[in-house]
Amino acid sequence: MLDTILRIPPFNVRVRAPFADVAAHLARFYSAYERLEGTAFVDFDVELIPGGGVRRWWRKQVRFRADAQMPFLPLPADQAAPLLEWGLNWTIASRSLGYLVLHAAVLAREGRAVILPGFPGAGKSTLCASMCHLKDWQLFSDELAIIDPATRRLIAHPRPISLKNESIDLVSGFPGARLGPLFHDTRKGTVAHAAVPETSVLKAESSAQAKWIVFPKFSKDGTTSIEEITRAEAFTLIQQQSFNQERMGDVGFDTLCSLLSETRCYSINYGSTDAGLRAIASIVAEAD
Amino acid sequence: MRADIVKLTHLMTAPSLSADLSSSEWRELIALAREENLLGKLGAILTSHDQIPKGSPARHLVGALMLSRRQRQSVTWEAHKIDQALSELDVPVVLLKGAAYALGNFASADGRLFGDVDILVPREHIARVEMQLRVHGWNSLKLDAYDQRYYRQWMHEIPPMMHVHRGTVIDVHHTILPLTARYRPDPARIFSEASRLNGFRCLRIPSPEDLVIHSCCHLVHEGEVDNILRDIHDIARLLETCFSSHDARMKLAQAAIHHDLQEPTSLALLLVQQYFNRPEIAPILDALEAHNWQSSHARLVNRYLRAIGPDLDSTPSWGKALARQLIYIRGHSLRMPLAMLLRHLVRKAWMQWRDKEPIRTAEN
Repeated sequence: MLDTILRIPPFNVRVRAPFADVAAHLARFYSAYERLEGTAFVDFDVELIPGGGVRRWWRKQVRFRADAQMPFLPLPADQAAPLLEWGLNWTIASRSLGYLVLHAAVLAREGRAVILPGFPGAGKSTLCASMCHLKDWQLFSDELAIIDPATRRLIAHPRPISLKNESIDLVSGFPGARLGPLFHDTRKGTVAHAAVPETSVLKAESSAQAKWIVFPKFSKDGTTSIEEITRAEAFTLIQQQSFNQERMGDVGFDTLCSLLSETRCYSINYGSTDAGLRAIASIVAEAD
Repeated sequence: MRADIVKLTHLMTAPSLSADLSSSEWRELIALAREENLLGKLGAILTSHDQIPKGSPARHLVGALMLSRRQRQSVTWEAHKIDQALSELDVPVVLLKGAAYALGNFASADGRLFGDVDILVPREHIARVEMQLRVHGWNSLKLDAYDQRYYRQWMHEIPPMMHVHRGTVIDVHHTILPLTARYRPDPARIFSEASRLNGFRCLRIPSPEDLVIHSCCHLVHEGEVDNILRDIHDIARLLETCFSSHDARMKLAQAAIHHDLQEPTSLALLLVQQYFNRPEIAPILDALEAHNWQSSHARLVNRYLRAIGPDLDSTPSWGKALARQLIYIRGHSLRMPLAMLLRHLVRKAWMQWRDKEPIRTAEN
């Protein structure tokens, strides 16, 4: 039975699970993360538990529990590892932590960060994986942009990048990319995780100033275009990707406003990984 | 009583204990407070005593406070909307529970989370109030014919209404217990003792004693223990801030007697005494002649002590599950006579089986 407290900055997470797949997942993707003593403070206490009743033995299932809550329906037992990642995302997004949390990928370089909000089909995860594997961007997060209202800075929260369907093959070809097993027939199709690059794990306890918000839109083999958009437009768009700005009241609103006041905002169309990387590079260069 | 709950209630009573807590104690307390909907209240108490811990635990407490502040703003906004909708009727509209604490600026609102807004209006005006709310965008939630009939015939409120744009829910009561209940509280007293709210045209706040009595009878009649520690703390805060004088305490006891609610009020106050011992309680219990129910209340309090608290670790024990079930059944049996209760429970069970709950799915 796995029972361990992991430091996944900026949180301490206790994971309990009787599933060998979950232990293998932690060994594969979290071996470089600090293990904490049993006496440490725990932000999230999560548990993966076997299905109830006959589902212990027959067509085995797995359930996710955070403290006393079970937010999801059970999944087939072989999806225990992705359920841990989804469950952690849910837990962070739904708890009132005093952090503003957006659905977005975040990458940073020299203390300055680019935010890629996660509209479906935007190619966010692929672009994010290519930026940290093919270019020298530090992976802050693939799914959750975490902003501290006190400092208005982005907080790194590096976890395995969740890849879907075609992007799995693409990313597995990147030099240094390390992927885990494929999970077929999930609600999101086939899913696999890519490890956080080692350099990003080493710098996991860090923060950065948001400088660019880029709304990506991928259309296969389409032409590249870069358009700077107004902060007002960007505010409306990124607000839709916020999990808890509403719930944080005036603090959430102020935090989002001051985030926008420090950034330039763009929407990009791109048809290939190369084109996406070039678009990001030109946005960053222009701002310099 | 569970050791972790003792620790939490001690900390809420004596915030200076905060300084000596270890990381693992904070972890236990925060998980427990979150499950019991007390995290914001704990945050408010520690903040007002300048005892918010350093580091990670603070984040959870401050985050819960932000949520509470936001919800309080929403409740206030909702109160203004209700006031607008009902002011032309010239009918007194009394806020109950959370909304009353928030708008009346009672200490029990500090750090509290708020849900639906509850209002009390005179029974003879309920049809006009419902119509006026419909005109202003509220719609009946329970559309099932059985539920509609059940509410209108037997309950102390009409079916909950939801606003079409804001999605907020309002419960419109005409008294504070079901018409079928064993006890007969007097809504006329609540109206006559209520005070007007500054800045509103028709909204009122119950007197402190009616607020306490309503919370008490809600606690006992609800038959559920999920938010009960939060509700118990609401009462403790009301006692602490509004009942320091002997006269106020006696007024509370007299009001409970007037409402025919000595028995449930005594039981609820005994529970408050168990968790947040307040010096105001003993004289009130004396005046209510609580000794009349001494042995049955001692048994019931024990049952509550077993039932209260989330399942943070293992599966619930049989003793706890049984205690919860007994409290649920007792709550219902206070709300309606046995034959009616059985008919209702069978009917509800059948309806639940017929339209099984919609399936929730894993969201990323």
